[in-house]
Amino acid sequence: MLTYAIRRLIIAIPTLLFIGLCIFLLLDLAPGDPTAQLPLTIPPEVKEQIREALGLGQPVHIRFWKWLVQFIWVEPLNLFDFLFGTTFADGWPRIISWQSRSPVMDIVVQRIPQTLWVVGMSYVVGVLIALPIGIISAYRQYSVFDQVGTFVSMIGYSVPPFFTGVLVIVIFSVQLGWLPSIYDTTHRVVDWETFVFQLKQMVMPVMVLALQTTAQISRFMRASMLDNLNQDYVRTARAKGMTEQVVVMTHVLRNSMIPVVTVIALGVPAVFGGAIITEQIFKVNGIGQLLITAIQANDLPMVQTLTFIFAILIVLFNLIADVLYGILDPRIRYD
Amino acid sequence: MTDQTAPDPAPGLDPAEEYRPPRNQWLDVWDQFKTHKGALIGLGFFVFIILGVTLGPFLWTIDATYIDIRARNQGPSLAHPFGTDQLGRDTLARMIAGGQTSIAVGLTAMALALFLGTLIGVVAGFSKKLDGPLMRFTDLFLALPLLPLLLVIIMLFRDRLRAAFGPEEGIFILIVVVIGITSWMNTARIVRGDVLALKEREFVLAARSIGTPARRMVTRHILPNVLSPIMVSATLGIANAIITESALSFLGLGFPSDFPTWGRLLFDATDWLQQYPERVLWPGLAISLTVLSVNYIGDGLRDALDPRIRGR
Repeated sequence: MLTYAIRRLIIAIPTLLFIGLCIFLLLDLAPGDPTAQLPLTIPPEVKEQIREALGLGQPVHIRFWKWLVQFIWVEPLNLFDFLFGTTFADGWPRIISWQSRSPVMDIVVQRIPQTLWVVGMSYVVGVLIALPIGIISAYRQYSVFDQVGTFVSMIGYSVPPFFTGVLVIVIFSVQLGWLPSIYDTTHRVVDWETFVFQLKQMVMPVMVLALQTTAQISRFMRASMLDNLNQDYVRTARAKGMTEQVVVMTHVLRNSMIPVVTVIALGVPAVFGGAIITEQIFKVNGIGQLLITAIQANDLPMVQTLTFIFAILIVLFNLIADVLYGILDPRIRYD
Repeated sequence: MTDQTAPDPAPGLDPAEEYRPPRNQWLDVWDQFKTHKGALIGLGFFVFIILGVTLGPFLWTIDATYIDIRARNQGPSLAHPFGTDQLGRDTLARMIAGGQTSIAVGLTAMALALFLGTLIGVVAGFSKKLDGPLMRFTDLFLALPLLPLLLVIIMLFRDRLRAAFGPEEGIFILIVVVIGITSWMNTARIVRGDVLALKEREFVLAARSIGTPARRMVTRHILPNVLSPIMVSATLGIANAIITESALSFLGLGFPSDFPTWGRLLFDATDWLQQYPERVLWPGLAISLTVLSVNYIGDGLRDALDPRIRGR
């Protein structure tokens, strides 16, 4: 198992390098010039120096290498310095955003808590709703609950977040006036009042994202439970005189969770991607919104870094899903 | 699906079953499809939408770009059943025009993704040498962060394609190609798996033993048998393409605003959310119901094309 995990980890590295190169080359084709917005009074040779300072004068492979060193070596060193107060990273150039002229990673670190808070919470809520729905739907197949559950999950699967988001804003913010339509990230929770406000402003983005998650995972949970409910070991367990609760919640549930757990792991990066739209609707200034503004402002180092972070998330959670599958299902040990 | 090329007589059926006159398998598929109520309603709605956006302009003759500034911001009335927008353009006409683009993007992008997916899946399943590299390539594509990349590609190439093909056609080509080349991977994986299983079947061995060349083998024996997973992923592909196009338009990176699509209409309507909240309803409903109907069609097709379910 360990060798398998290590082998997968080693395969993941060239994958990531290749993806990084693809993103880099793609952005290299960008027609936008960061010095295009500068006033015309700046003489051309000064402009050239500015371009040099931004690291634009060198050939592609050197720039890619520099970016890679900055991303893989310098930024973690900075994190280490920040955590332990050391000064290993002094003198190393960091990845600088063209918009704000500050290190990209500092901005990303500022934005991540908002995204994690909203997206992470919505994923947890979505999974917690989806699992019972899937279990009951499968246990009472073709019952009213199952029919309604399947229909709702089909709707959640089909209605895009940019419509559900706008719809809940229309209903709960515009018509009823119960909830704020804009997520206030400067809000601090200090007492009960502010806690209630925080809860209120989180309800809509979290529920919109959770609907998507619930729809997908409850379908998987239901299918997986149905596969297991007809197996022989279930009949054996019942024949031994076990209570229905033990049969379903212990025997069947544990076996049907195996594929579902991997689906849950695989869905995490997708939720981060989907959060781009939700953040845009509810004006949450997380990393999705950061990516959109960076794209619109032609801030290539920022776009490059953020896209690569998304790629790392996907590869990482693929890895986690594979390893989890091996741990949970002893029949599948890949050595 | 198998009765076309591998008619196994299935001993043990009752005699009445044996003397049944031969039936076209697509009739069987249709019979099974009909039993799925959701799929039938979905199909009806999808046909209605297609007819609406293709024949609609002949019935509702107001031009989608006609600006009647004195009739702006109107609610539903006989002259404008869905109301008008802030420039007095008729919302119904814009919905029809937007639907044409959205459906066209959905169908073309799906066709492109299916073509790529089937090609790569069949080649990977059929040739041992190319299987490894092609599947690594597919895994690589699956590991790409798609939505961010879509946004980046559109930002980078929008102006160039606009200059080359004109503002609308350029964006159309760009969006279709970009959605197509980022959504073929699942089809390729499913098709490869099915081809690998089919390759071991007796009828393929029989075909090979009478000297069928590889090209005929694929077109005559393999492709017809992988048609059912391809058709199911076609429906999912349409849904995916419509949602992606709307999402791009919603983020302001899709079609220009004087060229309506459902996503663009929704995006424009959110600016007027406080004053005219009903405006987001029509494009949103159109997108959601179309995708819902297509998903239900996919569900029904999956059941109808599965011979194990159909037999019952």
